[in-house]
Amino acid sequence: MLWHALTLQLGYNATLVTLGAMLLGVAAGVTGTFLFLRKRALVSDAISHATLPGVGMAFIIMVALGGDGRSLIGLMLGSAASAWIGLLCIGALTRRTRLAEDAAIGAVLSVFFGIGIVFLTFIQTMSEGRQAGLEGFLLGSTAGMLYSDAMIIAVGGALVLAAVIAFRRPLSAVAFDPEFAASSGLNVPRLDLIMMGLVMAITVVGLKIVGLILIVALLIIPAVTARFWSERVTGVLWVAGVVGGVAGYVGAALSAIAPALPTGPVIVLVLFAMFALSLLFAPARGVLAAVLKHLSFQKRVHIRQGLLALAQGQPIYEKLTLRLLQRAGFARADGVATTDGKARAAKALRDETRWQMARSREEFALAATFYDGLTEIEGVLTRDQINELDRLIGAPRGVPV
Amino acid sequence: MTPLELATSNGARLQNAHAGAALAIRGMTVSYGQKPAVFSVDMSVPVGSMTAIIGPNGAGKSTLLKAALGVIKPLAGTATVFGQPVADARARIAYVPQRASVDWDFPTRVLDVVLMGLYRELGLLGRLRGTHKAKAMDCLARVGMQDFASRQIGQLSGGQQQRVFLARALAQNADLYLLDEPFAGVDAATEKAIIDVLKSLRAEGKTVVAVHHDLSTVADYFDRVFLINTTRVAEGTVEEAFTPQTLQEAYGGRLATGQLGQTALGA
Repeated sequence: MLWHALTLQLGYNATLVTLGAMLLGVAAGVTGTFLFLRKRALVSDAISHATLPGVGMAFIIMVALGGDGRSLIGLMLGSAASAWIGLLCIGALTRRTRLAEDAAIGAVLSVFFGIGIVFLTFIQTMSEGRQAGLEGFLLGSTAGMLYSDAMIIAVGGALVLAAVIAFRRPLSAVAFDPEFAASSGLNVPRLDLIMMGLVMAITVVGLKIVGLILIVALLIIPAVTARFWSERVTGVLWVAGVVGGVAGYVGAALSAIAPALPTGPVIVLVLFAMFALSLLFAPARGVLAAVLKHLSFQKRVHIRQGLLALAQGQPIYEKLTLRLLQRAGFARADGVATTDGKARAAKALRDETRWQMARSREEFALAATFYDGLTEIEGVLTRDQINELDRLIGAPRGVPV
Repeated sequence: MTPLELATSNGARLQNAHAGAALAIRGMTVSYGQKPAVFSVDMSVPVGSMTAIIGPNGAGKSTLLKAALGVIKPLAGTATVFGQPVADARARIAYVPQRASVDWDFPTRVLDVVLMGLYRELGLLGRLRGTHKAKAMDCLARVGMQDFASRQIGQLSGGQQQRVFLARALAQNADLYLLDEPFAGVDAATEKAIIDVLKSLRAEGKTVVAVHHDLSTVADYFDRVFLINTTRVAEGTVEEAFTPQTLQEAYGGRLATGQLGQTALGA
């Protein structure tokens, strides 16, 4: 059954929904990357929570006009309107009062969500309309989705994706350096508004599948995950798109075989798995890589310090240093240098002496910036420069040159 | 007094002086909240000059630059660049913001930052071509950073970051270069590299305006000085405007008299 779902063998409608969710995931991952780079991730949470009153209002209006209140387009328009009002409220609170944006987000998010819940509760008591399933907008559901619904989601996702790709350069310029962007003639407030508008479009389009409480995950986690794997905006965009797409695809496929399970949480769990793997195992920025890098650095520092101590005939007090020297074959357990160790110690001391001289002379100022206690000076200076240093040092103290 | 200085104190001739100016600011007032950071400032930068904007901390040096560029919205005042409103002269302006104003862990490489200087030329949908990359590499070479093109920007030292910012401004291929504290917190080699580039720009007939904080290098690096402490204190050539009297006026008690005597000319 799981295999059937993942290979799209559950019928035409389920397939369409799954592909629609995938496209939405790609668009959300790419759009969310700019939000993440602009450090405005939380605004998307406020936007999504602010959609709820609109969903309720749209339902009530559609029922009042004689419908059953279930038209996805109608509910989307309502949610977009109230999300826009929420966005304007955050903007006004941030600009016109002394409130910081995080406080404005918190206030708008909770108030709009509260109003929305009041609307939904009122709707449950209405005798007209088909309110069953409206709570699916909270946590997402693919159950009972129509062909037309899936098409709206797929087309909406594709349109947003195209718009974000078109605006990628100005959006990344504003995210990296808004002052420079403004000085070169980009309208920063307008670009921010465009970005927020696209985020709102993703939220509204994804409302039915992911649900408003968790759509923030589909916007932010792909970007955060992708950042572990790439040092370039283009790379982050690609990885975020793939991560979002996989999450949307798997989430919708699983929810096709387990209709009782809301789609949003499934998508979040898939996202979390990819995030956790990246956090742990990403090559440059992952936790494991950082620990290994730290350990190897620590080892080099201890060996260098130990060798310098040996060269100067000082005892080695630190157990870790002694153990590392022993393991490298530079010292015996009682701290006496081996033949190999003596040669390496002399070399280390000579290197350190040359560094000290280089750092004290103005003509070596540039080279001196490379000093970190570990890099060998022979890798930084030319043979001639080193000869000059040795001349300045004079007769090396007992160290054969 | 130079004709320019006479003009700035004379309403009728102000117009003429501004017409030939690379950057002309009139009645600029910027306020954060109720307290003005810059109050009713006039400034006129002749074409081909190198001007240092100096003044104590919080005197409004950076604010004046940003307001002139339209990066922040002034309460009052206008700025023109080569006689045109700033909005119409963007292609002739290059700007180097303070290094600390951006997040250096941003996922981008050195070359990508320099390419941002070409975005205006590229437009929204223009394709990035080999010629753009070659141009960006040339700009990196001018600041001695060509070997760092594919480095992640987070791995750079402060001085290297500042050079990359200057390279991005060079890529804008402008006539007026505005720099905000380009020498703040950089190593001696970078300081020399930057001043060499700025002097070569002046030699090409470009105009350079830099917010500067090191009074001891003003006379070596610049030919004109603009002293500000919320309002304009003095403006003119180094000989005219960089004197113990004007410095005393701008800095008040914040500079020891001995220091004034050492740094300013004519003491």
